[in-house]
Amino acid sequence: MSHSVLPQLKPRDFASDQEVRWCPGCGDYAILKAIQKTLADLEVPREESVFISGIGCSSRFPYYMATYGFHTIHGRAPAVATGTKLANPDLDVWVITGDGDGLSIGGNHLVHALRRNIDLNIILFNNEIYGLTKGQVSPTSKRGTLSPTTPRGSVANPISPATMALGVGARFVARSVDINMGHLVDVLKQAHANRGTSFVEIFQNCIVFNDATFGDFTDKAVAKENQLLVEHGQPLLFGAERDRGLRLDPATWTLEVVRPGENGVTEADVLVHDETNRMLATMLAALEPPGFPMALGVLYRDPAATFDHQVLAQVEPESEGRGLGDLLYGGRTWKVG
Amino acid sequence: MSEQTALIGKAREVRDSVVVRFAGDSGDGMQLAGTQFTMENALAGSDLATFPDYPAEIRAPAGTTYGVSSFQIHFGAVDVKTAGDELDVLVALNPAALKVNLRDLRIGGTVVVDSGSFTDRNLKKAEYDESPLEDSTLAPYQLIQLDIGQLTRNAVEHLGLSSRDALRSRNMWALGLLLWMFDRDKQATVDWLRAKFKDAESAGEAAVATLSAGHAFGETVEMPTKIPGYTVSRAELEPGLYRTVSGTDALAWGLVSGLKSSGLSRMVFASYPITPASPLLHLLARMKELGVVTFQAEDEIAAACAAIGASYAGSLGVTSSSGPGIALKTEAIGLAVATELPLVIVNSQRGGPSTGLPTKTEQADLFQAVYGRNSDTPLAVIAPSTPADCFHVGREAVRLATRYMTPVFVLTDAYLANAAEPWLIPDLSTLDDFPVELRRDPEGFQPYARDGGTLARPWAVPGTPGLEHRIGGIERDSATGNISYDPDNHDEMTRLRARKIAGIADDIPEQGVELGPAEGSLAVVGWGSTYGSLFKAVERSRAKGLDVSHIHLRHLSPFPRNLGDLLARFERVLVPELNTGQLLAMLRSTYLIPAEGLNRVAGRPFRIADIEAAIGRLLETERTA
Repeated sequence: MSHSVLPQLKPRDFASDQEVRWCPGCGDYAILKAIQKTLADLEVPREESVFISGIGCSSRFPYYMATYGFHTIHGRAPAVATGTKLANPDLDVWVITGDGDGLSIGGNHLVHALRRNIDLNIILFNNEIYGLTKGQVSPTSKRGTLSPTTPRGSVANPISPATMALGVGARFVARSVDINMGHLVDVLKQAHANRGTSFVEIFQNCIVFNDATFGDFTDKAVAKENQLLVEHGQPLLFGAERDRGLRLDPATWTLEVVRPGENGVTEADVLVHDETNRMLATMLAALEPPGFPMALGVLYRDPAATFDHQVLAQVEPESEGRGLGDLLYGGRTWKVG
Repeated sequence: MSEQTALIGKAREVRDSVVVRFAGDSGDGMQLAGTQFTMENALAGSDLATFPDYPAEIRAPAGTTYGVSSFQIHFGAVDVKTAGDELDVLVALNPAALKVNLRDLRIGGTVVVDSGSFTDRNLKKAEYDESPLEDSTLAPYQLIQLDIGQLTRNAVEHLGLSSRDALRSRNMWALGLLLWMFDRDKQATVDWLRAKFKDAESAGEAAVATLSAGHAFGETVEMPTKIPGYTVSRAELEPGLYRTVSGTDALAWGLVSGLKSSGLSRMVFASYPITPASPLLHLLARMKELGVVTFQAEDEIAAACAAIGASYAGSLGVTSSSGPGIALKTEAIGLAVATELPLVIVNSQRGGPSTGLPTKTEQADLFQAVYGRNSDTPLAVIAPSTPADCFHVGREAVRLATRYMTPVFVLTDAYLANAAEPWLIPDLSTLDDFPVELRRDPEGFQPYARDGGTLARPWAVPGTPGLEHRIGGIERDSATGNISYDPDNHDEMTRLRARKIAGIADDIPEQGVELGPAEGSLAVVGWGSTYGSLFKAVERSRAKGLDVSHIHLRHLSPFPRNLGDLLARFERVLVPELNTGQLLAMLRSTYLIPAEGLNRVAGRPFRIADIEAAIGRLLETERTA
């Protein structure tokens, strides 16, 4: 058998022939590019990639990929994807969802996909607003958000997607930002490499209904100061000069920002990121400006057996001599005539 | 009189068929006693039909009327088609069981009561002011009162059990007595008990000892009340190997058989626990070696969606529930219609609306299956008529779903799910295969280009090189499958979806007549689990000389192609249903015929007599008009 060398696919080879219909300036364009680049870099065969989405702006994503794609119904993509993996665990299945789709109408499915640890990459585009239905508050909207359904400001507390994922037992939780192409591609590659549910929250700007909601850590002027790019085994330092770090205050079991070299603080006092420490990941996920940086990167990774692998391991192929007939003729039977 | 009855010196009355009901508290083991009684009768060659009836509560307060559980069996030497209208023998293990069930006992029938349970406290719980054993309540019947509790304790005295543990075997004592009454063997039950209690020997021995004591009591009793004995000879069944099946068993096996015939390697059965549908999930969860993956989803919606996701990837996706759960799956079913993926949806119908009567039977989800989605969303709907028929309907559902790339509803119900009957086990090698062809060839591939005959789109599954494409719930171009908001395209797609389902009518048998001529004064038209009652009512009416035929539908969407012509050949059409007239409305609107309904929604199957009376009334008015 001869193998022909397949031509290396470029990011554009993962783009379908359909016109992209997001608003000009939408963060989704950058995410689309990042995912296309990720797949090209990973040299994944197009036919083995499946993008399954729910409903919302983010969920139009599959139409723009030259892979297999299934645009399903509101909130249900993790459930559809679960069935797809049970049918064919060899497929590379990506779930594309948003804060409304994944955390409101589909919250239940997301929770159960995460706790089961089925082998999916779940990418949640968080723009803290309902875009496709024209700007209502979402479960991640900040308190006080003005919207058509909350004209005097929202009064409900937002969900932190990463904290929730950690709380329900996710084994891989990461965060990135739509416009941080290099970082985003790196996080996506790590998500892809992880076996089990890889949950990636991407802070995505909705230019029309919720512009700059993440400005306090994504604006060029403050990004370096307010983004903590975590890496396993590296000290939790941040800032343009990497002059600040996180230390555990043993009296309150909380994280505090310290400056090594000041007030007797040394680099040794700064916590080192341990991505297998769920408690640390949970504390990191809860940080936000002002006062703290936004933690980005792989907050938590501690792989375990996947649901699909374990379920299918229980399904043995029809063994010799035990088929449907044995079932029907087994048990109590009697002969007439 | 058989040789054996002569030997024991008691006259055994010969009967064509007998209806027996075991009734007691939901913790008294009535379902178990009934199931074993069924088994012994089946092994003795009777034709039979059963009707288990139990409360929604797992352990309702002991002694109350709403905690009564019962198991009815109709067995005989004749063609048995229903669990029977009236009881010949009622076993009541407490006053509540007597109170609830006595109205179904025929005048002159036999009632066996555990007199030891007729305490003041139990009488009060059953809301009896006076003991029915002491007033005239039971005068129209043959009363056999025995202190079954005490007799049970006596039977296990040597085992040194607590009184409480000993009383657990009361059901076995009653079963033993009934087996003797009908001259049935008890060996299969003894073997079954020994196997069941192999890790709890004393419990097993107690059960066997009690069973034997009840049996011996019938034979040796010396008391004022004579225990009547009956002889029910063997039924004339078609030769072959038989077993008893419930509708749930047969449906599970039918789906697996359909999977084999389709050539697909895997079924993904995704479900969520709900009464009375859960046993199907339990059964299939034990069929992993037959290519069945079961998935208990987080909710009904997820179950439907996972089944769709599995079909998308080339497995047979099946989901199962009962009415309220089906309601939750509705949007997902619409997605399967729009994306044209195979999907089998089993609805074990129960009484409604809302939570309704979870353990009781009804046929009121026909509209839900045929029409219950947003927009014009056609799909196929089929219904089994008997427990054994569930096997063939399961296979047919798989065939239609894969051949037409469509969701297919299977409308079974609480009665069929639990009822059992003898089944001539089919020779699997004689069943027709219907191999599925997945699309492999990229040449000229379009995800919505249709087969000229079936109008089905190709089944192109992820993992196939060169067929990468996108599908979804948004309306799509009739060929490329790309998003299309074009008005004419939507009109065309709507019609195509409808024509595809309508075309199934050319791929199913013409509607036949179960009994009677294919024309005449009156057609009794039914669907689903009412088959037995309708058939028997028509049979009895015809024996009285009435011109009536029985037509029973398996295919409810689309209807068989000749149905309109067939019905037009009858002067009148009567549609008995366990709803308020759903098939009736469909027949009237489809064929513009003045069909009439016979409707009852009591959570129970029809009585043959009620249908017979309706037939009589209609043909009587015909005659006098």
